[in-house]
Amino acid sequence: MNNTKDILTQKKHVISLKVSNKPGVLIRIALVFSRRGYNIDSLVVSESQDPRFSMMSITASGDPDTLHLILAQLNKLVDVVHAQDYTDSDILQKELGLIKISCSAEQRNQALQIAQVFKAKTIDVGQESLIFEISGQSEKLDAFQKVLVPFGILEVVRSGKLLMARGLEST
Amino acid sequence: MSTQVRTAADVLIDILIEQGVEYIFGHPGGAAIPIYDALVGRPIQLVLTRHEQGATHMADGYARASGKTGVVLVTSGPGATNTVTGLLTALMDSVPLVVITGQTNTRNLGLDAFQEADVSGITYPVVKHSYLVKNPLDLPRIVREAFYIASSGRPGPVLIDIPKDVSSAALVRDTRESFHLPGYNPTNHIDTNSVREAADLIRQSRQPVLLVGHGAIIANASENLRKFAELLRVPVVNTLLGKGAFPESHELSLGMLGMHGTGYANKAMVETDLIINFGSRFDDRIVGNYATFGKRAKKIHCDIDAAELNKVVPVDVAINGDAAEGLRLLIEHFQDPGKRPDTGPWLRQIKRWRREMPLKYKKEGKLRAQHVLDEFYKLTQGRAIVTTDVGQHQMWAAQFLLTENPRDWISSGGAGTMGFGLPSAIGAQLARPGELVVAVVGDGGFQMTMSELATACVLKIPIKILIINNRYLGMVRQWQNLFYEDRLSGVDLEGSPDFVKLAEAYGMKGFRIRRPADVRRILQSALEYHEGPCIIDAEVEKHDNVFPMIPAGASLEQILLGPPRKKMDKPTGST
Ligand SMILES: Cc1ncc(C[n+]2csc(CCOP(=O)(O)OP(=O)(O)O)c2C)c(N)n1
Ligand SMILES: [Mg+2]
Repeated sequence: MNNTKDILTQKKHVISLKVSNKPGVLIRIALVFSRRGYNIDSLVVSESQDPRFSMMSITASGDPDTLHLILAQLNKLVDVVHAQDYTDSDILQKELGLIKISCSAEQRNQALQIAQVFKAKTIDVGQESLIFEISGQSEKLDAFQKVLVPFGILEVVRSGKLLMARGLEST
Repeated sequence: MSTQVRTAADVLIDILIEQGVEYIFGHPGGAAIPIYDALVGRPIQLVLTRHEQGATHMADGYARASGKTGVVLVTSGPGATNTVTGLLTALMDSVPLVVITGQTNTRNLGLDAFQEADVSGITYPVVKHSYLVKNPLDLPRIVREAFYIASSGRPGPVLIDIPKDVSSAALVRDTRESFHLPGYNPTNHIDTNSVREAADLIRQSRQPVLLVGHGAIIANASENLRKFAELLRVPVVNTLLGKGAFPESHELSLGMLGMHGTGYANKAMVETDLIINFGSRFDDRIVGNYATFGKRAKKIHCDIDAAELNKVVPVDVAINGDAAEGLRLLIEHFQDPGKRPDTGPWLRQIKRWRREMPLKYKKEGKLRAQHVLDEFYKLTQGRAIVTTDVGQHQMWAAQFLLTENPRDWISSGGAGTMGFGLPSAIGAQLARPGELVVAVVGDGGFQMTMSELATACVLKIPIKILIINNRYLGMVRQWQNLFYEDRLSGVDLEGSPDFVKLAEAYGMKGFRIRRPADVRRILQSALEYHEGPCIIDAEVEKHDNVFPMIPAGASLEQILLGPPRKKMDKPTGST
């Protein structure tokens, strides 16, 4: 079946963009992805040091063979200053996650110990729940989330990947 | 200019004049009234169209015929949505348009006010760029930016949505604010290494083909194309929209390639060892099957739009930049005659193919569309600006009306928009008064925009409207006939009006051709008629199909030079 094959050959791509800080920019960018059937998995937008521009970090999954087309089409947009692919490259990547689990008083110690190992902060303690704040590489967040499954995950909110090039290179 | 306080609309018109705008094509409505008001008494001619789609195609025809930017002015809501087909048509074919749409007052945006539509949202996929103007002080900059973006780099349509309170706001003078577009760099310098690599490939080639597309016309590359082709003795094929980039009557021209291109142009594309593509985007109409296309050939591709390079056909050398400049740099590598490839045997081979696979049709018996077009070509010697609609007549026109000069062939290629022929001819005639303009249209597509006959009549625009009347949506009937066992579905155009009487109803002249013997005489009298627009209704054979034909998605080798003897499979290409 074509569909399953498509999903298997898909890859997660990490793309960083510098764009004009104007209404409509996000739609134009999202259209480039959706037209080629790419799914945007996470997206972070914030004003840059210069308020005329925003920085965007996007993780999207889709056919790796057409990624160069997506980049070319992004760069073609009048409002995109540059779009760059950072998949598999050495760039600083951080993500912030808030995770709410169900947790009885008896289980609490065990959960707190796990959190300590992952250097997660406990930001709320309820009768039957705990909320952790964790930051780091996305893979670390994934791992933390996985070990919490047996407790019962009530809610997860993640920021999506934040990207920054190392040293003097600009993102 | 009104005697009251100057408004943003007044400044808008000032800037349009400054940009050299001669015509605005449009249809008014509440949200656009302040702009229409500002036009009164100003030196821009307003062309009132009967439908906004017609306005966009007129501006498009004007732009393609002149190389300038076409301007459209319509109202909000349905006025704006009626431009969507025209925007797509212009985007697909890289035509510079500035489309100005009136919009409801800013405070009503998003509140479903009367005739409000999210025009930006609706049009994002069909514009090169767009603006919603919220502050009258931004308007001058935005308008100049829009003209710059529409016409530079790879041209395209730019939309400016102007709320009524913005256009009617007092704006004492032009802000003269300059613009700064850090994300838009249309004039890049060509990497000379890529040109050197291209020259190396050309030197090693024995059977090169120069493929030229619309980009070569937009870049004004004709002179350099000719120099290059003649210097290196390279045969030239052109796309549908590349007609006129290189004279099709030239001994080195093989005419149009692709789905309905000549047998010899397509044969050359199969056998070539080097495709030198200037300004064509390897559209599926010319490639057929991407897996087998140009398998034996190395490929060089010059395009100003980096996103077109290696998009659908991987190439050996990509030259990112203007076609005229790319050719100029390439020619420099071949000043030494000893370094030019020997194409003699290849040209002789092509000559044989040309003899073996001529375009042909019958002049006896029933009246043939090809006969009418061929005769028209002979009478005009190719000295005409031809616009077309979409369908069989378009392909026959492309085959039989050889195009000699750039901007003399105007047709909707990428979008294949029925209804394009008549309004684009009106625009083309306004761009080039005094020249012969003919719209070759089908009986189907003509009826999509024939309300613009009124526009042509009012302005006494002397276009010839040649209707290839086969009483069918012929191209669709052809597909059903060839690939769907002749199960005709939704293609019979019964109920069409008598087109000569229709002409008379508009106060126009109407001619009719019924018999092969009358073709020449009637075309001649139509050509000698100069009182305004006229219709020539050519009642042609209903069941003719266009050949050659490469079924959609098939390899160029699978070309049908005439009706197939066996039953055909359904095409693998979508359209
Ligand atoms: C707006 C639009 N609708 C539908 C089509 C699909 N289509 C392509 S050719 C064609 C038939 C055109 O018929 P006619 O104008 O009579 O020209 P003919 O092929 O008979 O010469 C149709 C329906 C199209 N290209 N554009
Ligand atoms: Mg027809």
